[in-house]
Amino acid sequence: MSAILNDETKKVLVTPLVNDNPITLQVLGICSALAVTSQMSTSLIMALALTLVTAFSSAAISAIRNHIPSSIRIIVQMTIIASLVIVVDQLLKAFAYDVSKQLSVFVGLIITNCIVMGRAEGYAMKNPPLESFMDGIGNGLGYSLILIIVAFFRETLGSGKLLGIEVFKLVKDGGWYDPNGLMLLPPSAFFIIGLIIWGVRQWKPNQAEKVEFKIMSIAHGEGGHH
Amino acid sequence: MEAYISLFVKAVFIENLALSFFLGMCTFIAVSKKIATAMGLGVAVMVVQAITVPANNIVYHALLKEDALSWMGIKGVDLSFLALLSCIGMIAALVQILEMILDKFFPALYHALGVFLPLITVNCAILGGSLFMIERDYNFGESVTYGVGSGLGWALAITVMAGVREKLKYSDIPAGLQGLGITFITAGLMSLGFMAFSGIQL
Repeated sequence: MSAILNDETKKVLVTPLVNDNPITLQVLGICSALAVTSQMSTSLIMALALTLVTAFSSAAISAIRNHIPSSIRIIVQMTIIASLVIVVDQLLKAFAYDVSKQLSVFVGLIITNCIVMGRAEGYAMKNPPLESFMDGIGNGLGYSLILIIVAFFRETLGSGKLLGIEVFKLVKDGGWYDPNGLMLLPPSAFFIIGLIIWGVRQWKPNQAEKVEFKIMSIAHGEGGHH
Repeated sequence: MEAYISLFVKAVFIENLALSFFLGMCTFIAVSKKIATAMGLGVAVMVVQAITVPANNIVYHALLKEDALSWMGIKGVDLSFLALLSCIGMIAALVQILEMILDKFFPALYHALGVFLPLITVNCAILGGSLFMIERDYNFGESVTYGVGSGLGWALAITVMAGVREKLKYSDIPAGLQGLGITFITAGLMSLGFMAFSGIQL
């Protein structure tokens, strides 16, 4: 086991979780994901699907990286990713039909999810298959983490349930919790992600972006004679 | 005719690809710093969307749908699982062809839109439009309307977003919220605004 988990592998597996998170820092893969986070069950399936696709596509692309002419590499990567997504889509239709209906087009949109393409282009084209596989898993997990946090808040606050099990008793069933309908609508996902980014960057100040325009305070103007 | 108008309005406002389905978010966030570039990308997305959705509609109905091959005398074949692969291939090819045509015949337009075209191949809004078209089983006329409408909606959203962000750079934002964070909150507020259309019944 120690032979597999050497330092490089550990690094690619752990850094994408917080320090180099694909969503909060690299700004990748926000596209298809947010619409599925109003329920925990769909988010978990989506996270699993994306992690598997990223890992296997990275491994496959990395294995043939020395044989792909660079002018057509995007098409080759697309074909590999699309084939893997078709497999995932068919598996979901066969074994989890209800969830696949709820996810609707978003499983197909894994093809254009920037995380998959980004890792293929940025990591798998330069590194051996095993490390690329681990890098795919790591980035998939970083994405999953954000997805699960968002889904946790949206489902508990929006419908008082978690994975369909009652957490807060709703007012209409004689309980005390009045569900926040906004949490089930698209805008709440934007707010929650925005707040998560704020939290992470407050915690790790080196991730914060530079200010484009500095507002000068009039009371303590720069270059004053005190 | 009325059905088409209602579909168009629905595609532009109520089911806005960017703000209610989160499609094309990566480019939506990355390219919305200036109004001029945002509008350029918006127009490019609209043009590509208006071409690819009907094109994918033709391919899907003529080749992939269940029993679609019966015009060739082949019965009982269902190739619809290939839709994902054919859609993305179609989009990549059409974008490439469009780029060549623009370069050859409309150099001015090519210089304005050229840099955005390769980006569009991997824009989820384009693939998303085609997949929604398949899922909702639109016919050819509806697919043209939907393609133009959803592209216009996306262009509208990114242009408005760029306008807000241009003003926003002068405001005093907490350090951690700077940049990406505040962009998300802004997108959320805009999305709330677009939710107001959802009560409209046409």
